[in-house]
Amino acid sequence: MSQPIQPPAYILKNYEDSHAEYNREVVRRLMGFIRPYALPMLGALVLMLINAGAMVAGPYLIKIAIDDGLSAGNVAVLRNASLAYLGVALAQWVAIYLRVNVMARVGQSIIYDLRARIFEHLQALSLEFFSRHSVGRIITRTINDVGVLREFFTWAILAVARDLFDLFGAVFAMLSMDWRLSLLAFTVLPVMAWMTATFRRKSRAKYRQVRAATSWVSSVLAENINGVRVVQAFSREDYNYAYFRQQPNLYHRQSKLEAARLSAIFLPGIDLLGALATAIVVGVGGAAALGGDITAGILVAFTLYINRFFEPIRDLSRRFDTFQSAMAGGERIFALLDTPIQVQDAPDAVEMPPIRGEVRFDGVSFRYDEEDAWVLRDINVHVGAGETVALVGETGAGKTTFIKLLARFYDPTEGRVLVDGIDIRTVTQASLRSQMGLVLQEPFLFNGTVGENIAFGRLEATQEEVEAAARAVGLHDFIAALPQGYDTPVHEGGLRLSVGQRQLVSFARALLADPRILILDEATSSVDTQTEQIIQRALERLLHGRTAFVIAHRLSTVVNADRILVIHDGRIVEEGTHAELLALGGRYAALHRETVGR
Amino acid sequence: MKSLLRLRIFLRPYARQILLAVICLLGVTTLSLVVPDIIRRVIDEGLAQGDMGMIRRAAFLILGIGILSAAFSSGQRYLSEWIAAHIGYDLRNRMYDHIQRLSFAYHDRAQAGQLISRSIEDVRSIERFMGFGLIELARLSVLLVGVVTLLFLQNLRLAGIALLPLIPLVTMTVWFGSIISRYFLEIDNNLGELSSRLQENATGAQVVRAFAREPYEIARFDAANRALYRARVTVIGQWSRVMPTTRLLAVLGTVLILWFGGSMVLRGEMTVGEVVAFNSYMVMLAMPARQLVWLVNLGGEAVAGIQRVFEILDTPRDIASPPDAVRLPPLSGQVTFREVSFRYEGDRRAPALQDISLEIAPNQIVALIGSTGSGKTTLVNLIPRFYDVSAGAVLVDGYDVRRVDLASLRRQIGIVLQTSLLFSDTVRANIAFGRPDASPEEVEAAARAAQAHEFITRLPEGYDTVIGERGLTLSGGQRQRIAIARALLMDPRILILDDSTSSVDLRTEQLIQQALDTLMQGRTTFVIAHRIATVRRADLILVLEGGRIVQRGTHARLLAEEGPYREIYELQLAGGRQTVDGGR
Repeated sequence: MSQPIQPPAYILKNYEDSHAEYNREVVRRLMGFIRPYALPMLGALVLMLINAGAMVAGPYLIKIAIDDGLSAGNVAVLRNASLAYLGVALAQWVAIYLRVNVMARVGQSIIYDLRARIFEHLQALSLEFFSRHSVGRIITRTINDVGVLREFFTWAILAVARDLFDLFGAVFAMLSMDWRLSLLAFTVLPVMAWMTATFRRKSRAKYRQVRAATSWVSSVLAENINGVRVVQAFSREDYNYAYFRQQPNLYHRQSKLEAARLSAIFLPGIDLLGALATAIVVGVGGAAALGGDITAGILVAFTLYINRFFEPIRDLSRRFDTFQSAMAGGERIFALLDTPIQVQDAPDAVEMPPIRGEVRFDGVSFRYDEEDAWVLRDINVHVGAGETVALVGETGAGKTTFIKLLARFYDPTEGRVLVDGIDIRTVTQASLRSQMGLVLQEPFLFNGTVGENIAFGRLEATQEEVEAAARAVGLHDFIAALPQGYDTPVHEGGLRLSVGQRQLVSFARALLADPRILILDEATSSVDTQTEQIIQRALERLLHGRTAFVIAHRLSTVVNADRILVIHDGRIVEEGTHAELLALGGRYAALHRETVGR
Repeated sequence: MKSLLRLRIFLRPYARQILLAVICLLGVTTLSLVVPDIIRRVIDEGLAQGDMGMIRRAAFLILGIGILSAAFSSGQRYLSEWIAAHIGYDLRNRMYDHIQRLSFAYHDRAQAGQLISRSIEDVRSIERFMGFGLIELARLSVLLVGVVTLLFLQNLRLAGIALLPLIPLVTMTVWFGSIISRYFLEIDNNLGELSSRLQENATGAQVVRAFAREPYEIARFDAANRALYRARVTVIGQWSRVMPTTRLLAVLGTVLILWFGGSMVLRGEMTVGEVVAFNSYMVMLAMPARQLVWLVNLGGEAVAGIQRVFEILDTPRDIASPPDAVRLPPLSGQVTFREVSFRYEGDRRAPALQDISLEIAPNQIVALIGSTGSGKTTLVNLIPRFYDVSAGAVLVDGYDVRRVDLASLRRQIGIVLQTSLLFSDTVRANIAFGRPDASPEEVEAAARAAQAHEFITRLPEGYDTVIGERGLTLSGGQRQRIAIARALLMDPRILILDDSTSSVDLRTEQLIQQALDTLMQGRTTFVIAHRIATVRRADLILVLEGGRIVQRGTHARLLAEEGPYREIYELQLAGGRQTVDGGR
């Protein structure tokens, strides 16, 4: 292993930019999430101060007990000091108890708010976003990155306040007892400042490396689990295991050890400085005590305060990592929240009235981005209510995009899409889509029962309606024969459905939603002939009186469609009925010859 | 606790380092116990007798101890991180390898998201506890015993009084430890629920939008989010009562020392320095007492993690090469099903396959046809032993697949699955997935055969273009062709095509079909398809219905007899005729 391990570029690029432990913009926006809880946080801060005050008061009370009580032989002072110490401790109990509870609620509320915001934003983002971002990454943002902030909000913010307070409290107490001895103890400070600065600089790079390593390990692991069937089919287990062991996992271990080496030098170094300061205080303070300049009690209290002085410094340096991670996580979360929502209800959007089904594409062009090529170019189509339109063309010709514009998953770059003469950008998405039915090539079932999956688009549907929909696609007998019938859970860990059966569920789902406009995107490519036949019959009934758009390679619906649009390279190149297009002898006729020829 | 003990096997290889870490730790702890005694002597002897030399020596001693202690502490710190990193590394390796070797049946039931979060999050919490927590726990115990012994040595009576608060403290900590892991399991479960909500909404985004279900989904997410909030607040609530109480009890010890010790000083039974030192030791107890609760908290989280991790590691690899496995020689490609029945685990319905008997000669092309859910995929999945039969046997070249080395079997079988899953890597690496050592020429040849070479060369970086989640998105047809090339590169003796052309357009399908036609030559091939056009040239057609073979024979023979095959044929012909009619 002479060659140093390097994570691949797609991991590194997320960790290249310097995430300092303080990023003004991220902090400002995080503060925005804190603001609603400013009052309880202030309360927690006060409780913290009470606690810190109690911490400082402790050694002082001991000093009084020793100097004024024991040395002076005064029992009353001794008793009072002891009782006061106990009282302080009780106050501390209450202060800590309240503070922890208040901060738990504040911290968790902020986390709750952040997650809710992210999820709502996800629900509004374009589908493009989901094809560009892996599910794993979306989950990482919402669970892990927010989780890092949890640490930050619940503990770190106030802990820093406490550390600073402890620090200044100790400094103040020392100075007020004996300023000369204090200054002597502080002579170690320049060395400490230098050490801390060096540690911060070096650890920043190391911690970043650890985070990159963690992300690498996670993504390799996740991919192997998601693709485990292919891995086994190709007997790749040994190879993959060797790779995981020798690359990401080893790199992760090395990175952690490098970071550990750094703090294994730094933290004991701070302790050493503490010992040096104590030695100075004992040596010089001892001489002063001999000379009668200070009391024995002061000397004892000083050695205690020196510990109190170094502890917060150690604590603060341990938190560098938390801060850095919080800033990095915050940056990524805000990047997600800043992803613009492309399709949005207009401020004055109205409810779409009941749709009759007339559809018009008026000079529509579309591309994803300005640099990208046109996906659709200058589409002009007018479809009457109740018409069935088939879209034909090769993969990538633009058929699916056409449909996505109609369902307003995207807005056209140029031109307008009108339903019943209304520009669909002027109505709410919910009112538009709830009147459309969509069946996709890859059926998607949600965790839940078969019945719930069928009722997906109409939650209030009765059991009879659900059954009727299932019957229409020939699924009822199959479901009724299941031990739990319509209450059988589907999806991971539940009922095993073949791809074809899943497709039937999504057909039933679309049927039940009783859409005014029906869209079928290669919906029958994975069902067998008999099933297709059943669907075909169901469709004939379903299509009656509705406007329908059908993308299919083989469906005879294409042949029977009122109109066929042949799309090539983003343009409609031929348009007409099956007979007309065959007579035309163009692209469609050629495609058709290939089909029949087989 | 029982769960913690299970980690022993992961600790054993690092016994030396653990011992060393504990020694370092003892060094640090012992040295820290010496300092208060020095200060006591400074006060009692140095100051009282005006011995400046003694004070000076004390100062240097403190510094010397500081240096030594820093060295020990440095070693201990690094070693505990080292141990944690190594245990985490080992545990992650074990998880990775175990999960990837668990059977298809296991993965059918398991949720991928759960497996991922256990291998990452749970291992992390175990790692954190093992490195830091365990050593710290050892240190605290040593410190506790050391300090208590010292206190008793110093003054028996005062120690007896001052240590009284330790009894409720220890009792409470033990109680806390016994309840806390339950709460962490609750948090873990809520986190799991949150992930699956996210997973579902990210993968099913289009369906959610299409049915305008966003408000409902937001409400469902909110319920999970709220439950997690509550679980977290509950845990912290528990901790908020225990944590300050331990501190209070420790302070109570100091108060008792001040009061009783003070009285003893006044009666002349103790010196001031002794009381001060006594109290310094007591203060040393306060810190570990607080940390103990915190450690127990951390341990609770780790125990929850350990339970979840071992739940996976304890799952037997039910499909693995037997100890006396035969390494298969190059196969001729004969496949036999001997009265095979198969039922999916936990499935109470009728068996997925019943009484299947087959005898396939080498180089035959076998087509499977039948309605959706009839058992076609299940049947072919038994050949590479993705599942084990419930009854009967599957044999390849006369070898029962359960008796042979799994890799030697699967390496000779090429599969194109229904959904073509590719990995985030270059096109080249994806094609060479089953044979990472393949030369560029071989990769290209496979791509050509799968009709993929042409579009690959048009990609921005050709064969080196990164595809998948983090790279270029390919169309369904392109993915499918890469999956076919991947199977072809294995140069398999047995080729399985599970409905592998359904998601491509007609023209592409034809291209692929032409490629497949030549590739099937000289291999035993199983094809699952819906189109008669695809299956008609097969040597043997199997028609499945409800898990049984209801018809078998060649296209011509099956057409001649009454049965489902002819029905399918007529249905498809009707579709074709319709086309022809329309053309007139």
